[in-house]
Amino acid sequence: MLDGAQVDPDDVLEGYYSIRGGEFEDAGTCATAIKSALMARGISEQCARRAAVSAFEAEMNVIIHALAGTLNYTIGSDEILITVTDMGPGIEDIEKAMTEGFSTAPAWAKEKGWGSGLGLPNIKKNSDSLEIDTRKGEGTTLNIRVKLTTGGKD
Amino acid sequence: MAELTAREVLEALKAEIVAEGDLTRKVKGCYVSDLLSDVLSKSHEGDLWITQHTHSNIVAVTSVKGLSAVVVVGGNVISEDTLQKARAEGVTLTTCPLSAFEAAGEVYNMLKSGAA
Repeated sequence: MLDGAQVDPDDVLEGYYSIRGGEFEDAGTCATAIKSALMARGISEQCARRAAVSAFEAEMNVIIHALAGTLNYTIGSDEILITVTDMGPGIEDIEKAMTEGFSTAPAWAKEKGWGSGLGLPNIKKNSDSLEIDTRKGEGTTLNIRVKLTTGGKD
Repeated sequence: MAELTAREVLEALKAEIVAEGDLTRKVKGCYVSDLLSDVLSKSHEGDLWITQHTHSNIVAVTSVKGLSAVVVVGGNVISEDTLQKARAEGVTLTTCPLSAFEAAGEVYNMLKSGAA
């Protein structure tokens, strides 16, 4: 099985998940696992929630826009790095995509209560650093970092 | 606003508990929405969530955001799949015959007065 988490000898917790486009049933699996992993390590609930919300939004973007993707996370001593890579269409206009309410999600996603154009802005709000590398027709990679030592800006 | 427990608020709403999580959790506020992305973005930890949504995604959203409980209004039935996920995650799901408007009004008054 590909999905799951493991602890390496240096006590850096890592996890890997594959995400399939259109699969709403499993949405939130990565996010829930990340929150549990952080709380199990004594990280404050607020930090764990920020990381999990960011992961959830990134996961939803793959489910809604891409054929497939992966989510990797690495929990270090003072931050978590969440990397989400997809085989999607790429983001046409990042500035617009970062604007609350701007959405290119298809109708079927909206009918399920998603795709309101809040995803990327919400990741930015809940993270300390967000890098977006997108190529039209190839896909998008997000690198999301959330600090684990401070209370955050919930 | 005063804080009541999920049990106190849910009993006052006459909501039927169909998946039981921690009912001693404080209800710190209330959020009414049927848009999952809206809830994921704008609700707050401890909020009671009033919705018509019954899809299993409500469990993950509630768990990740740390919401105190979900009240599914309008007589909507929650699927067994959603209930199983809620029980596994320790998320409280309830159904309530009131409309969203009525339920929100009741919760507002309770939290404002501090009495269930």
